[in-house]
Amino acid sequence: MASLLAHPGLILIAGAFLLVWLRGGARSAVALAAPMAAVVLAWNVPEGVAVQAHFLDFELALFATDKLSRLFAIIFALMAFGGALFALNQKSPLELPAALLYAGAAIGVAFAGDLVTVFVFWELMAIGSALVVWSAGRTAYAASLRYMMIHLLGGVLLMAGIAGHVAEFGSIAFERMTLDSPSHWLILAGFLINAGAPPLSAWLPDAYPEASWSGTVFLSAFTTKTAVYVLLRGFPGTELLVYVGLFMIFYGIVYALLENDMRRILAYSIVNQVGFMVTGVGIGTEMALNGAAAHAFTHIIYKALLLMSAGSVLLMTGRRKCTDLGGLFQSMPLTAACGIIGALSISSFPLTSGFVSKSMISQAAVDLNLFYVWIALAAASAGVFLHAGIKFPWFVFFQKDSGLRPPEPPLNMRVAMIFFSVLCIGLGVAPGALYELLPYAVDYVPYTGAHVVAQLQLLLFSGLAFFVMLDYLRRTLTITLDVDWLYRRLGPAVCGVAARALARMFAALASAAPARIMDIVSALRRHHGPEGVLARTWPTGSMALWVMVLLLVYLLLYYL
Amino acid sequence: MQQHWLTRPAATQRLWWIFIAILAATVAAEFFVEHEANFSVEAIFGFNAWYGFIACAALILFAKALGLMLKKPDTYYEKRDG
Repeated sequence: MASLLAHPGLILIAGAFLLVWLRGGARSAVALAAPMAAVVLAWNVPEGVAVQAHFLDFELALFATDKLSRLFAIIFALMAFGGALFALNQKSPLELPAALLYAGAAIGVAFAGDLVTVFVFWELMAIGSALVVWSAGRTAYAASLRYMMIHLLGGVLLMAGIAGHVAEFGSIAFERMTLDSPSHWLILAGFLINAGAPPLSAWLPDAYPEASWSGTVFLSAFTTKTAVYVLLRGFPGTELLVYVGLFMIFYGIVYALLENDMRRILAYSIVNQVGFMVTGVGIGTEMALNGAAAHAFTHIIYKALLLMSAGSVLLMTGRRKCTDLGGLFQSMPLTAACGIIGALSISSFPLTSGFVSKSMISQAAVDLNLFYVWIALAAASAGVFLHAGIKFPWFVFFQKDSGLRPPEPPLNMRVAMIFFSVLCIGLGVAPGALYELLPYAVDYVPYTGAHVVAQLQLLLFSGLAFFVMLDYLRRTLTITLDVDWLYRRLGPAVCGVAARALARMFAALASAAPARIMDIVSALRRHHGPEGVLARTWPTGSMALWVMVLLLVYLLLYYL
Repeated sequence: MQQHWLTRPAATQRLWWIFIAILAATVAAEFFVEHEANFSVEAIFGFNAWYGFIACAALILFAKALGLMLKKPDTYYEKRDG
């Protein structure tokens, strides 16, 4: 049990509870030290099951490590560190502890060797993340409740699936599953809800952009990537995931193109990026799984960087709509530069982190001769540059002069952005370190002349399309309806109609009923009332008379 | 307020020329790198260039069409939620 103290996730969760009691410098120190310790511990954790526990009739593997779990634990801890640094000046006392709890729970899932432990940390993650949304205040309250409901639904599906799995196979070990039983479908559904997969993908762009300027940075990292992790472990090579992933990719692009709120653009782009990873899981070769895992790693960094850049703009201007922004590069050059580095990384520009990870997924499609998957991924790569790579920096930092001249954000936020920018470029220039961490041996060279030229053509001509068709992309004060419309408008409307119909029925009943009820009451009263035949007090005389009659009858019968 | 050099029309025009030159360079680069055609379409000259452009144009038009059906004012949900 002693090695439970070396569990990076539990370190973060302990740090979260400590943070609640601390103020000032001590709070900042713990907020940075806990994730730092988690990074070091995750980096050095030996493979194998370190902590087991007995629960009911099961052996829980609370702390089980292999290369895949270590990769995700390292990036989650690193993300917690960068996020905490960025959020040090966040005024909400709740957000940072909630974020560390959330990150710790995500690491807990990464080290869970059995399904029960997965479930416990899974739910803890839902609580932590909902608290992060909630801490943004009144405006986020409704969104946080919707977020909570979807994740509780996901948790219920997962629990039902795990229970079914245990009943069927008698084992709680978290191993590769196939879609051969209803319980595995339920587990997959639970996983996919957290991945932002259809049909319930709208929770993500609904809730994440409502969090505070720093909260969204944390939210972008853990829930969806934990889902990618459990899919990698539980459902590699499940063909259905190829189609789910491709849908997510194009859904994310199209909705992000229509969006006006800068952080909602980036939220849709999370679904898009997770789509690449889910597709990789579905392809299921070692190259594809490595690619999906590597892409989760690099994505966490550049998406956090993009949202830090957007968060800085939000904090310094108080505005989040593209129609209100523009021209900010003049007074926020560093924020703009970091945002552009994040945008180039998400677009997989050569020499950035996205290039060395995403190209492995395409390569896996080539290796299996999956032409339609490959050609869809190529279109999607161009589309990523379109909806996130150019659109975000262009509308926020260039476009038109909005007249806003906000200063750069505080020092800790600038340092966090520079740190993640350096990681984006570093991983892109020298991918060897990342490749070392991947679950399978890497036999892939990202930087060949053909790869680089093909990617540059794809991206730059995508950029040409953006500027040529800029008129079609002009931002308007609109949102685009998504499936959340079903439970925010249609559901309540149906309930309203049903409630009104029921109310009318009840009113009709209530107006017809008194007459009928009075009939019944008066009939009852006639027979049982104070004057009724059956309810009168019987005089002693009549009692004696009846007894005498009975005796006489008895006598008579006796003589017969 | 002094105008930033990047926002002047002359600069915008120069940036366009630089951009077009880079585009041409990436296509011309095909002559100098060893070509890797895994699928037959890739062997077509400048495949990634025209495919990237067409794919993006199609995505923009599709988004535009979807927007016609599903766009609402951004105050749409504010009346009852919250």
